[in-house]
Amino acid sequence: MSMVRYNYGTAMLAAFEYLLGTYPEVFVIGQGLWSPWYVGNSMTDLDKKFGAHRVIDTPVSESACTGAAVGAALAGMKPIVVHPRMDFMLYAMDAIVNQAAKWSHMVGGQAAPGVTIRAIINRGGEQGAQHSQALHAWFAHVPGLRVVMPATVADARDLLIASVLCQDPVLFIDDRWLYSLEDDLPPVNELVLSQLGPQRLLSGSDVTVVASGYSTRLALDAAEVLKTNEISVDVIDLRVLNPLDVTKIIESITKTGRLLVIDGGWGPCGVAGEVIAQVAECVPSVALKKPPIRLTLPFAPAPTARILEQSYYPSVDSVVERVKKLMD
Amino acid sequence: MIMADWSLGRLSDPAQCQEPIHVLGQDRSVLLGQLEMMLRIRQAEQRLAVGRRDGLIGGPVHLGVGQEAVAVAVAAELRKTDRVFGAHRSHSHVLSLGASLHRLFAEVLAKKTGLSRGMGGSMHLWDQPNGFYGSVPIVSGTVSLAVGAALAAKLQGSSDVGVAYLGDGAMEEGVVHESLNLARMLKAPVLFVVENNLFASHMHVSLRQPFESTARFAAANDIPYAVVDGNDVVSLRNAAAKLINGARAEEGPGFLEAVTYRWYGHVDWRDDTDVGVHRSTDDLLAWRKRDPVVRLCQGLTNAGWLDEVQLADMERNINSEVENAWAQAMSDAKPSLEAVTSHVFKKNLL
Repeated sequence: MSMVRYNYGTAMLAAFEYLLGTYPEVFVIGQGLWSPWYVGNSMTDLDKKFGAHRVIDTPVSESACTGAAVGAALAGMKPIVVHPRMDFMLYAMDAIVNQAAKWSHMVGGQAAPGVTIRAIINRGGEQGAQHSQALHAWFAHVPGLRVVMPATVADARDLLIASVLCQDPVLFIDDRWLYSLEDDLPPVNELVLSQLGPQRLLSGSDVTVVASGYSTRLALDAAEVLKTNEISVDVIDLRVLNPLDVTKIIESITKTGRLLVIDGGWGPCGVAGEVIAQVAECVPSVALKKPPIRLTLPFAPAPTARILEQSYYPSVDSVVERVKKLMD
Repeated sequence: MIMADWSLGRLSDPAQCQEPIHVLGQDRSVLLGQLEMMLRIRQAEQRLAVGRRDGLIGGPVHLGVGQEAVAVAVAAELRKTDRVFGAHRSHSHVLSLGASLHRLFAEVLAKKTGLSRGMGGSMHLWDQPNGFYGSVPIVSGTVSLAVGAALAAKLQGSSDVGVAYLGDGAMEEGVVHESLNLARMLKAPVLFVVENNLFASHMHVSLRQPFESTARFAAANDIPYAVVDGNDVVSLRNAAAKLINGARAEEGPGFLEAVTYRWYGHVDWRDDTDVGVHRSTDDLLAWRKRDPVVRLCQGLTNAGWLDEVQLADMERNINSEVENAWAQAMSDAKPSLEAVTSHVFKKNLL
């Protein structure tokens, strides 16, 4: 099988090319799609290749564009609406939460908007509190909305394709901090999103580390460091946050007895807390050698000054430190 | 720059526009069919008002008695493959497209046989096979969806159109202005139908907007528009035809403002003259004289196309249709318990 080298950004580009080339009902709508400024290398020249009528750069109207994608999905299309920065997507909450997520339920399953909403987390660079948010937990709270966070190059491509082919509304969240990540991929194999869930990226026996998106990279990099301390880490990447299937996590903890959950969002009512709560409901306390730990953002909006950013975001060092604490 | 006059003039004055509908030059059987549909909608909503008053309906009902002509006129220009979206007051919208009276009643009663399988109630109606893609009670919630469904029609190479029903209150929501601009820039074949009944919930438009006519936003977005007597089914249809034909001919969106009045209050069976701000019994009585049904009957009678016996027969037949549908819906089953979770995600993917 011939392998091709991609990075996380070009893997998404490959997914867009595959989808637009294979399915006439796919179209893309959002701000910045005719410009390299907004979406990195993930959508380069799609408008030239597939036409500006199918790759639509739009007025500054997050709400109407998202609603339009939902309506187009109800009318038989497979739209992808792109929000180059998740913070601005908050203008579209009604279309996402009230309309798309509830539609199937409200009409007794007779129709569902198979829309994909791509939201980009774009942090760092002294951009401050309104250009930095990772709000996946909000959306994982909503029934009817699938929430996907790719952490690998393969998932950047294949989960995007699976999201667009899914009949349910899907929020697909990618992270600019991952765009330079590289890997060799086989040709596209269409996957069924409802059959996908958390996966083990590294097998270990001492500590279970659960993460998603960029946090998964921190987990893997920390695991490398911890090898030199002879600590063996089981890394589980959530991939699909809603609906959340914790089976693999439970299996892992039964083996390790120690759990660290890393999340790029805030702690209260967040994904890390949800994982730990579900573990607490399923794993007898005697099976836990230490109380679980979560590593999240400080409960404050993102700062601006670089030195504050460095302290604000979880790092490989902070992951290593938490794992060591679990091993004490 | 001088602002154009965006008052509604005689259209919002209940003492005006009380004359019989001009029917000459129209097709008699078409008008009789429209009269029948308006009567069906009215009797259905009056049945719902009684059912709600008597505690037989669990959830809120937003009744549009007095506004029947709008949906009937627009529906006359639509086909089953068009994509119509409604709002909280959408019984007339779905019935005018040919929805089953029984299934509408069953939905309002949250029965398994309802249009939305009993999962939506009065505020979430669905009848896509008849072109009704759905209604929701979040004010302006479906306006952008209709733009998208219209854009889909364009991408699919059909000449189908989207229709967004909204009210004067929805015109105060930000997404509507985004949607008007987006529809214009994408040349989406969508008709925005504003049923301007002068009220949002309890409050008169004069207390909410500097001008009465919402068509000023169509003008601002370079969208062709018409402002018409919303209780005149013939004028409405003529205006709708022009705008819908333009949309089908790839000329982009249209905007129809229908000036009308609802006889009931914002929600349920009361007239709300006691809680409305600038809603008086005098106004209500005056507007009842602008009844779209009575004016059509008068026009048809003057033309010799309808007599009292025919009208009485029509009303009696519709009454028995309504009562039969209601009785059937009342005896239908509620959704089974697994429906609580079974429609959240689709089961068979790909």
